[in-house]
Amino acid sequence: MSSNVTIEVLRYLPENDSEQVVQSYEVPRTKDWVILDAINYIKDELDGTLSYRWSCRMGVCGSCGMMVNGEPVLTCAKFVESYLPGTIRIEPLENFPVIRDLVIEMGDFMEKLESVKPWIIRDDDYPEEKEFIQTPFELSEYKKFSMCINCMLCYSACPVYGLEPGFTGPAAIALGQRYNLDNRDMGNAERNEVLTQEEGIWQCTLVGECSAVCPKDVDPAAAIQRLKLTTTVNWFKSFLMPWKNR
Amino acid sequence: MSINPDYSKYHPKWFRRSMPIFWWTRKWVHMKFILRELTSVAVAYSAILLLLIVRALNQGSEHYSEVTAMFKSPVILILHTVMFLFLIFHSVSWFSLAPKAIVLRIGKKRIPDQATIGLNFLAWFVVSSVIVWFI
Repeated sequence: MSSNVTIEVLRYLPENDSEQVVQSYEVPRTKDWVILDAINYIKDELDGTLSYRWSCRMGVCGSCGMMVNGEPVLTCAKFVESYLPGTIRIEPLENFPVIRDLVIEMGDFMEKLESVKPWIIRDDDYPEEKEFIQTPFELSEYKKFSMCINCMLCYSACPVYGLEPGFTGPAAIALGQRYNLDNRDMGNAERNEVLTQEEGIWQCTLVGECSAVCPKDVDPAAAIQRLKLTTTVNWFKSFLMPWKNR
Repeated sequence: MSINPDYSKYHPKWFRRSMPIFWWTRKWVHMKFILRELTSVAVAYSAILLLLIVRALNQGSEHYSEVTAMFKSPVILILHTVMFLFLIFHSVSWFSLAPKAIVLRIGKKRIPDQATIGLNFLAWFVVSSVIVWFI
């Protein structure tokens, strides 16, 4: 058994190159290392110029997402051992512009996230100090979709987002739907103006990979399909019973 | 440091990768997705075929016999076998995705995804049986 592991990193250095280049590193094979430990070793011991993002190291902050052997993963949550034997290839998240090495530009996602108004909207004067009691059933309606950590792995796995960058995307729609399903919220109509437009839910062709790669089991594909169904039923209701629109 | 005209200190040039036209050949799940989308042609074909059969039935036994005789040609038989397999693949893959869109409950308890899938297959079987019984 080899005592080293070969890690290939797809690097991009805008001051030197106009294309990405592959650089190989040898790191010691250590049983309890996650991929992020190996990258930190490269940064600390082998090549201080390597750029990437990370923070919590415990699958909460969502900043260390990268492509590992072609799959978008949180590098703090995947053990090096699980990819052996063989070379491990690390690339920046797909479908995003690359700023440098493994650092992607996330401005587009942040704008889309804000556009779906992921906060509770009220149209009355509900006093802030008053307690809003919510039953476990009401909580279960949206809890799954509230677990998103904005890691953007779902955008990286989504071929629709890769082909149509205007697509609102899985995480933003799931978070919009999270508030739509919250019984304290009154902003469905306002929020759905964005979610149900052409670049919203209707762009989704249900490839389903967003849910498969989600490290928090948010299931964005389900959030999108449920909203498609609700929107369609509401359209038929308003068509068949126009007097209810008044 | 070499000079790259696309790069300035405070505004580095981003690297953008475009999706190759054959992106769907890289992973089996993507190929399965494309196959599911393409086999919708078989669904449309089957729907039109069913309407033609109903129309022939409506026009009398002579017309119906003409249509069924046409189905016995080897080329049509092969075509229909392929279309049937595509139809099965399309239907099974779509019904398996039903729990993503449909949330069924008994009282406040959500029924398991497998039960939702099972109910879709049951409805499929019942509707198909009714059509077979009529034809």
